[in-house]
Amino acid sequence: MRFEQYQTGPFFDEMFEPDGTPRPAARALAHFISTMSEGELLHRQQSAERALLNMGITFNVYGDTSGTERIFPFDLVPRILAASEWAWIEQGLRQRIRALNLFIDDIYHDQKIIKDGVIPAEVVKTASSFRKQCVGLNPPGGVWCHVTGTDLVRNSDGQIYVLEDNLRCPSGVSYVLKNRVVMKRTFPQVFESSRIRPVDDYPGRLRDTLEAMSPQGVESPRVVVLTPGVHNSAYFEHSFLAQQMGVELVEGRDLVVSDGFVWMRTTKGFERVDVIYRRIDDDFLDPKCFRADSALGVPGLMDVYKSGRVAIANAPGTGVADDKVVYVYVPQMIRYYLNEEAIIPNVPTYLCARDEDRTYVLAHLPELVVKAANESGGYGMLVGPASTADEQAEFARRIEANPRNYIAQPTLSLSRVPTIIDGTFKGRHVDLRPYILYGRDIFVQPGGLTRVALREGSLVVNSSQGGGSKDTWVLADDLPGGATTPEPAPSSGRGSTQRQR
Amino acid sequence: MLARVAESIYWMSRYVERAENVARFVEVNLNLMLDLPAGAAQQWEPLVATTGDLDVFTERYGASTQQSVIQFLTFDDENPNSIRSCLRAARENARSVREIISSEMWEQLNKFYLSVNDAAGNTGSQTDHQELFTSVRMSGHLFTGVTDATMTHNEGWQFCRLGRLLERADKTSRILDVKYFLLLPTSYDVGTTSDDIQWAAVLRSASAFEMYRKAHGRIAPERIVEFLLLEKDFPRAIQYSLSHAREAMHAISGTPAGIYRYPVERMLGEICSELAYARVESIIAAGLHEYLDGLQTKVNQIGTGVAEAFFAARGLPPSRRKPRGRAAPASSTP
Repeated sequence: MRFEQYQTGPFFDEMFEPDGTPRPAARALAHFISTMSEGELLHRQQSAERALLNMGITFNVYGDTSGTERIFPFDLVPRILAASEWAWIEQGLRQRIRALNLFIDDIYHDQKIIKDGVIPAEVVKTASSFRKQCVGLNPPGGVWCHVTGTDLVRNSDGQIYVLEDNLRCPSGVSYVLKNRVVMKRTFPQVFESSRIRPVDDYPGRLRDTLEAMSPQGVESPRVVVLTPGVHNSAYFEHSFLAQQMGVELVEGRDLVVSDGFVWMRTTKGFERVDVIYRRIDDDFLDPKCFRADSALGVPGLMDVYKSGRVAIANAPGTGVADDKVVYVYVPQMIRYYLNEEAIIPNVPTYLCARDEDRTYVLAHLPELVVKAANESGGYGMLVGPASTADEQAEFARRIEANPRNYIAQPTLSLSRVPTIIDGTFKGRHVDLRPYILYGRDIFVQPGGLTRVALREGSLVVNSSQGGGSKDTWVLADDLPGGATTPEPAPSSGRGSTQRQR
Repeated sequence: MLARVAESIYWMSRYVERAENVARFVEVNLNLMLDLPAGAAQQWEPLVATTGDLDVFTERYGASTQQSVIQFLTFDDENPNSIRSCLRAARENARSVREIISSEMWEQLNKFYLSVNDAAGNTGSQTDHQELFTSVRMSGHLFTGVTDATMTHNEGWQFCRLGRLLERADKTSRILDVKYFLLLPTSYDVGTTSDDIQWAAVLRSASAFEMYRKAHGRIAPERIVEFLLLEKDFPRAIQYSLSHAREAMHAISGTPAGIYRYPVERMLGEICSELAYARVESIIAAGLHEYLDGLQTKVNQIGTGVAEAFFAARGLPPSRRKPRGRAAPASSTP
């Protein structure tokens, strides 16, 4: 397979300049692939897929009752980020997480940001992920969002934007770790020559983050991962992370609250639990506090949490910060809490709750992307240019019925990476989800999960909607002789503030 | 270890052993039927009778033919004890403890299940059946071997072993029972060539033929019963299975050998002692079938006892219990 026939098209290509020369960070890989014999890359792609299949790296699809497990498609051509560009992204993510954490803490206490008129009270009050039960809570160290996955996209002008924040239970990091294992086996020579930053220390870092939150006076805390069970779409990841951290994987029915503590049922009786990394939503955490019909949670858990005898990551209530309407105000939060300008801009967003915006959105549905404020995983979404008139009419109806629940954004022309499709390289659109840990300090895993829309022209990268994944390489230093990284248009470049609509 | 995890490991292992033994079980009957004297009627009903599922079977299939019995015991989705159902249950259990067992174990079990599931599509000839049962047996051995070679011999592994050995004790008793069932109506030819051939088939089903030969030489029904029931060194014998299950149980509970803390330890100890001092002549004189029946009931009671002792840490709030040797943090709301 050769890159000679490869077309970057009108898109920003992560690997090649528009004239077809490899970008500096991708030179080593492009050279290596060009020296491979015909058919060898395909052969390696097949053995990589077989390796993932045998390892059972699978996910479950909701609403699909036939076979519950599926392989998450994987493509061998990685997305490569230059050191300097990554440094900029990392700085932007740290800034964003600090501001979001301060926002959550403020919202569940004095709500100064509302009193000072920066965010309308309406926005928070109507966010379905706001939990009144969490008002006044003080999580250990003042940290609410211990694990965050922030979705980034690059537009055709080269600018990177934040598409959305995931502060509840972001998944996917297990694929980052497994993909890397496969890539090291496939391209050892490139790893030797390119100084790619490792990602393997994530489980250790996660465990440190969790142990750092343990209740006062507990020296060697017992940490557990709480899963909804084998039928959850991310069950593989829950089990993988528990295994890699060396902690127990528990279900709600394994835990019990008694005497003001949380205990787990073991073969030798009950043992105390100090820190819970929960991978179930707030609603299901404690039927006494949230949804009474939840069979997944632990009755009484929130009382123990309030008394400080157990720590929960992420803290209940963090979801308020990934509401898609709240998202619009993140640049203002950064200015308000940190007195800084947002480093990574937001995508310009229309709020359907605003009359003027709604009128515009309804008139321009065929060219916009419409999203429900509180959904994820690519559900509840309309991609205008790829939609039918019926679908547009349906969304118009939904928007009119519940304007607060919808936002719209221009259809971005996401950047592309060469991807092996039917034995040749084709450009396919990608996004990037870096993972951020917030314990005693902030750690950003170099790279993250690159998701790729495998269908031609598709912009939807979610695994539930025909997406696959790629390894993400962050170079340890910029290569000598090459320009560091493509500069985006200077006027709207990094450091500048997103215009409020 | 989490009670739920222990339970899943125990059942994973029991179900794999059960699948393997159902294959042995059908195999013995297939062989026996092939060696019947010309003109004798095929007997498949006793096989279902010995599994204890005769009512369900009759309701669903009516008459018992080779075809229907094999379908019921091998592929039937609705029979929870068919080979296919057992492997599905084993795999589901394994999936829920994937972070505890080794990935080699998971992969082996996954492949095992998929191969039987594939075979269910082909309504094959008798040769295919024979091949399938052989491959189920080998896959079962492979799983046990992989488990022993790749999993730390810790508490979880002991639960694996406990489940496997209890299941094996029960199933070996049933394999022995099949022959006994068949013999009764044709007791006139006891001691004939055809009888010897049948006993050899029973031994082969328990992978015991060669080992028996080394120990006793001649085919003699009493010695065969003794070998499968009371032999302390043959790994599929009931005495071996139960005394090693007892070892596993004491490793789990930490109770020294020879005494008991849980009722189930007493029950298991009692059976082991009984078998250790039993004489095969008196067992046969009193009725082998009755003896095996009683043994199966006791093994079932031990299964219930295991669940009560180790998996049922439910509804017992640890109040007035000191939290892991350290002071409780201040209870004021921060």
